Amino acid sequence: MDKTLRFTLDGRPIEARLGETVLEAATRAGVMIPHYCWHQALGNPGNCRMCIVEVEGAAKPQVSCRLPAREGLVVRSISPAARRAQCSALEFHLVDHPLDCPVCDQSGECGLQDYYMDIGRYKSAMREDKAHAGKRLALGPHIMLDQERCIMCTRCTRFVGQVSKSHELGIFGRGHRQAVDLVPGRALDNPYSGNLADICPVGALTDRDFRFQVRVWYLDSTESICPGCSRGCNIFVHTSTRRPWQNQGRRLARLKPRFSPEVNGHWICDEGRYGFLDFDSKRLGRVMRLKPVSEELSWDRAAQEVAAALRRKPVEGLAVAASGALSNEDWLAFKELFVDTLQARRFLFAPEPDQAGTEDQLLRRREKTPNLEGGKALGFGTKIESLGWDSLAGDIEAGKVWGLYVIDRDPAQAWGGRSRELLERLDLLIYQGPRQCLAGELAHYRLPATAWLEEEGHFTNFQGNVQGYQRALQPLGAAKPDWAIFADLERRLKP
Amino acid sequence: MAMTVRPVSRPRRGLLEQSYLWEVARGLGVTFRHFFINLARHCLRLAGLRAEPGAVTIQYPDEPAVLGRRARTRHRLLRRPDGSPRCTACLLCETICPARCIRITAEESPDPAVEKRAKTFDIDLGMCVFCGHCVEACPVDAIHMDADQVELAAYSRGDMIWDMPALMRDTK
Repeated sequence: MDKTLRFTLDGRPIEARLGETVLEAATRAGVMIPHYCWHQALGNPGNCRMCIVEVEGAAKPQVSCRLPAREGLVVRSISPAARRAQCSALEFHLVDHPLDCPVCDQSGECGLQDYYMDIGRYKSAMREDKAHAGKRLALGPHIMLDQERCIMCTRCTRFVGQVSKSHELGIFGRGHRQAVDLVPGRALDNPYSGNLADICPVGALTDRDFRFQVRVWYLDSTESICPGCSRGCNIFVHTSTRRPWQNQGRRLARLKPRFSPEVNGHWICDEGRYGFLDFDSKRLGRVMRLKPVSEELSWDRAAQEVAAALRRKPVEGLAVAASGALSNEDWLAFKELFVDTLQARRFLFAPEPDQAGTEDQLLRRREKTPNLEGGKALGFGTKIESLGWDSLAGDIEAGKVWGLYVIDRDPAQAWGGRSRELLERLDLLIYQGPRQCLAGELAHYRLPATAWLEEEGHFTNFQGNVQGYQRALQPLGAAKPDWAIFADLERRLKP
Repeated sequence: MAMTVRPVSRPRRGLLEQSYLWEVARGLGVTFRHFFINLARHCLRLAGLRAEPGAVTIQYPDEPAVLGRRARTRHRLLRRPDGSPRCTACLLCETICPARCIRITAEESPDPAVEKRAKTFDIDLGMCVFCGHCVEACPVDAIHMDADQVELAAYSRGDMIWDMPALMRDTK
């Protein structure tokens, strides 16, 4: 199978695997032949005709997405003849395109714009009026359709047919009146619908929540890992910090999938994609002692007081609630503080019920934290007792637990109405996390931690892949990474 | 760039310069030369002869300034025939603005043919360098710099920021 063929593309030798097309082999070698309909994961219907190339010995130009690579083939993609053919294909795509780039959200990352500037630059020969079709059609909760901008590449219908297998979209009509639309009676509400905005090479399918928020050329892109579940999909984080009045003042603009063959392929789920857009809400930035006397503290003072408070009573009555939201770096500092130095016994890691959700066969996993696996791989020895929220509540009611250290979890989601009563029974409640919640309101000490985008680290996904994420934003206020807080406490508690 | 010290020698002044008399006379010579040239030009034109026009002093604060036809003055946002703003909030002017004095936020327009419109459109005239790039960049001819207003002083920096109603005040 792994037989290699050699052919020439624009005078450059290219190696192809047996059965690969010229376009696939060229893309793998880093040569970009213009294309719309071909997508690595969605096949090659050959209907956009943009990848047309000149082949030596062939009477007519060929579409490279349907041209199998052969030994000794001589292909030219930038010769005048190939460029003329590609230019004509583009001219046909733009016959009914409304050219409303000033209004269109795709502007700046649009295949039509890119290829027009690259190989088009013609004066349109079209003298007829443009055909009009449906504009601003909300297909579902996340995707907006503009039929006029569509170039009929059918990537979207192939996606709902092959990947999400939900079949909500179809091509209706013929010729001039051909249009993508919803199958009657359906809505585009599958859990992967956001990917359609990514694969649409033009502005026909766009994100509804990103609509008119910020122009794409103001965004900064950072490589990251989605913390939405234990899959650990590779993503790009697009942040808007240069013009704070845009995007309603929010720093996080959108998440986009990043290709990873072994983890998530080309896709991410809507839960992850749209789950973090309130990233900047309810954030904590001040180090606080709230009880008995409310006061803002310096990190030095807070660490001193917290370290003393943790040693005040026997460690058997101290419980620690953490989650797989910690990075591998955090887990190591966590283990050194709570297991090695304090020798605490009662730990709560279980994702149920507040960090568990739906799963499916494609990407989504049941546990909605990215890095339980990292904690497991580190191991906490046999001396520890792993609790669930119910057994922890029982221990608090029985008076067996006097202190609780909560790291970025909300007990209110597990205990509901009785959480306030339970938390108020504790002699010591420490809340450490990036966001305010009930535990943060009732805590004796509240320590602000950075959120995932404001630190760098590594997550280990459920397959055991260790994947790094970069820092995309500046921390808010005095917030510090979790590992730095743990390390500071550990230094003070060491005998 | 590294800072350097360059010694500058002062010119020596002799008795002639120190008395100032000769320099005053030289200065007055320039004044009178212009006076008589202008007087001659005005007289010649008064007599109906073709001559260069003489200089005229403009009584500026009392009389309005005369602006060239292509002068770039305060911005104006234009309207559609139905009175709504032409701006579609594409943000090209904000993008090209070298002084970063334009701030736009966009919103959905009730008219599906327009689709997008500006929710707010602020120009900080205290920062504007009047280069006219915004007018060049606009794809829908929504912004002009032809309000013929050059007196834009205000009592605070905040008052130098003009919002959309103010920029559209004098457009029909």
